[in-house]
Amino acid sequence: MTMMTGAEIVIRCLQEEKVEYIFGYPGGCVLHLYDELFKQDKVKHILVRHEQAAVHAADAFSRSTQRVGVAMVTSGPGATNAVTGIATAYMDSIPLVVISGQVATTSIGQDAFQECDMVGITRHCVKHNFLVRDVRDLAVTLKKAFYIAATGRPGPVVVDIPKDVTAAKCKFDYPAEIRLRSYNPVIKGHSGQIRKAVQLLAGAKRPVIYSGGGVILSNAANSLTRLTRLLGFPITTTLMGLGGYPGTDRLFLGMPGMHGTVEANMAMQHCDVLLAIGTRFDDRVISNPEDFAAVARKIIHVDIDPSSISKRVRVDVPIVGNVPDVLDEMIRLLEAERERKDISEWWAEIEGWRARQCLKYVPRDDAIMPQYVIEKLWEITKGDAIVASDVGQHQMWTAQYYKFDKPRRWLNSGGLGTMGVGLPYAIGASFANPGKPVVCVTGDGSIQMCIQELSTAKQFGLPIKIVNLNNRYLGMVRQWQEMFYSRRYSQTYMDSLPDFVKLAEAYGHVGIRVEKPKDVEPALRKAFVDHKDDLVFLDIRTAREANVFPMVAAGKGLSEMILADENL
Amino acid sequence: MRHIISVLLENESGALSRVAGLFSARGYNIETLTVAPTEDRSLSRLTIVTSGSDEIIEQITKQLNKLIDVVKVVDLSEAAHIERELMLIKVRASGKDREEMKRMADIYRGRIIDVTDATYVIELTGNGSKLDSFIQAIDGGLILETVRTGISGIGRGDWVLKV
Ligand SMILES: Cc1ncc(C[n+]2csc(CCOP(=O)(O)OP(=O)(O)O)c2C)c(N)n1
Repeated sequence: MTMMTGAEIVIRCLQEEKVEYIFGYPGGCVLHLYDELFKQDKVKHILVRHEQAAVHAADAFSRSTQRVGVAMVTSGPGATNAVTGIATAYMDSIPLVVISGQVATTSIGQDAFQECDMVGITRHCVKHNFLVRDVRDLAVTLKKAFYIAATGRPGPVVVDIPKDVTAAKCKFDYPAEIRLRSYNPVIKGHSGQIRKAVQLLAGAKRPVIYSGGGVILSNAANSLTRLTRLLGFPITTTLMGLGGYPGTDRLFLGMPGMHGTVEANMAMQHCDVLLAIGTRFDDRVISNPEDFAAVARKIIHVDIDPSSISKRVRVDVPIVGNVPDVLDEMIRLLEAERERKDISEWWAEIEGWRARQCLKYVPRDDAIMPQYVIEKLWEITKGDAIVASDVGQHQMWTAQYYKFDKPRRWLNSGGLGTMGVGLPYAIGASFANPGKPVVCVTGDGSIQMCIQELSTAKQFGLPIKIVNLNNRYLGMVRQWQEMFYSRRYSQTYMDSLPDFVKLAEAYGHVGIRVEKPKDVEPALRKAFVDHKDDLVFLDIRTAREANVFPMVAAGKGLSEMILADENL
Repeated sequence: MRHIISVLLENESGALSRVAGLFSARGYNIETLTVAPTEDRSLSRLTIVTSGSDEIIEQITKQLNKLIDVVKVVDLSEAAHIERELMLIKVRASGKDREEMKRMADIYRGRIIDVTDATYVIELTGNGSKLDSFIQAIDGGLILETVRTGISGIGRGDWVLKV
């Protein structure tokens, strides 16, 4: 076996893992690594303009494909810039391997130039992290990193590599498999528990299925769809779970939670059996846990992560296991079961809630309603684009009005709520899905948090369509100030906004401004048809004070929704 | 409720801070924490004394298990177990106090392990409340210094925490 440098070993490991793209930014401590990248062409490096975007792009690469995303950054400021990206991925359980440079082992602890304790800084926002002090540990550590990131409940893993380790030499031996005595994620659900769950489901009079991001991450959308149709139960999917069940289907009630539909929230609140799948009863979903628990209902909870179960809400039938396997076993058992309760009364009640038409909004001739833009976007892209969103009102409107029929089309920061992810997400998804339309829905605040990535998109010729719902406000915060702070719009007015059209043009892209409702559709067509191969920045001036409804105010119960028509 | 949680941990650098960090990040309380390598040098054994409702203790156990470096976790308080803590206490021991201090150390089955004209260092083991009671029993004004290790715990009988 020939001797290889640490840098060669890292690149070889990436090749062994069949990594196609890595997103990164060079610097002093990763010079050896970048030199090795230069000498080969199997692993393609995408140069971003800010390390945060490198991690977001790798994250979106993973979200849209299920493969492990990889980012590479230098030590010190490169590493700290990556932290927001890592924390964002962690909150949404996205498998990443982030390779950070570190000062030489001999300098660690000396306050060396561009030194920071990356392992310490990221401890609370990674699934695991490593500092590799010896080149002989490098290959096996990277193997562990990929394994840990992708298995069990996925998550980001940081591998911090000192510069001298990338220069030191040893033999390369990449283990084909790895076992860790301290890490054995449970895969198979307990069959007794599954049987118990099936009995509860078969006997339910007012059942609801509530599924989340775990269904997307574990590729369980097909199983979930089969199970739901077999049962004929109403289903609601969280923000992270959108696309896990067809959004246009009759059994689908929309999203639950703070900006969920009336039918989804009322069904969650009033059901007698709740089947929760790959989801975590997050505060944005169930709002006040005491109010939620005050209603007697049986809860079945399927999740790969035992610590998600009975964390915020007591569960009657916990099932720890890989979601698709558990669902398939449920299907097998249910197909054998003949007895089924008639739930038509429950459906009638749900249809009553649905008849409220809580997502109806009043169109205007004089101003563009943001909801209208998303509806048109859905039509023109036939509901099949990959839609990356930023964070704010535009994110909620996209979740409400873009009906995702398939998984891995909807990319957004649900857990951390990171403004700025939109454009880098669109970039990562573009590399992962060449030829597929990729949209970035954003706001005038969020887009400016990673606007520099317009340059990356130009460099790689990515035909992203940016839909900027420009309300000249930090809309989501302004909405709270309107509703709960007597309209004191403290620091939420966006003054001195750039001319986004000119800005897009300055980066070498196409910019289109849209100011009238009648121009929305033609502008979208122009972007998606005439400029199919260009990045188009649609700066859409929307109704300034449009609000997201329904809304469950913080701390309230799920049935205490504020509806649009009560607020007109 | 007070619980004694025993953890087998990979003896890796940084592993202990993951455990300690978990408690602070999630707002769990730590009364004492002890750690040292086991007979197998690749493993450390921790004993953590904490308190909380059943739900919180369940979460603590689950969250500990979730740490990649954690090999095994048990709640010792679920069954019969033994707990011990070591205290070294330096006291003033001159004049009439000298005899009295020796007498108290004997009553508590302590050992005097360092002696000067004016001071003793007494070594005492027992559960936490025995050590507390010793401190209560002697004249507080005579205490110069105390060092306590925190609780170490082990299950009784056949109950073994091993890989
Ligand atoms: C990095 C970051 N900083 C602050 C916030 C708080 N925040 C949530 S939504 C929002 C406003 C977003 O404004 P904009 O992007 O214009 O979207 P809009 O709500 O107007 O659609 C802010 C400031 C956040 N989520 N992320």
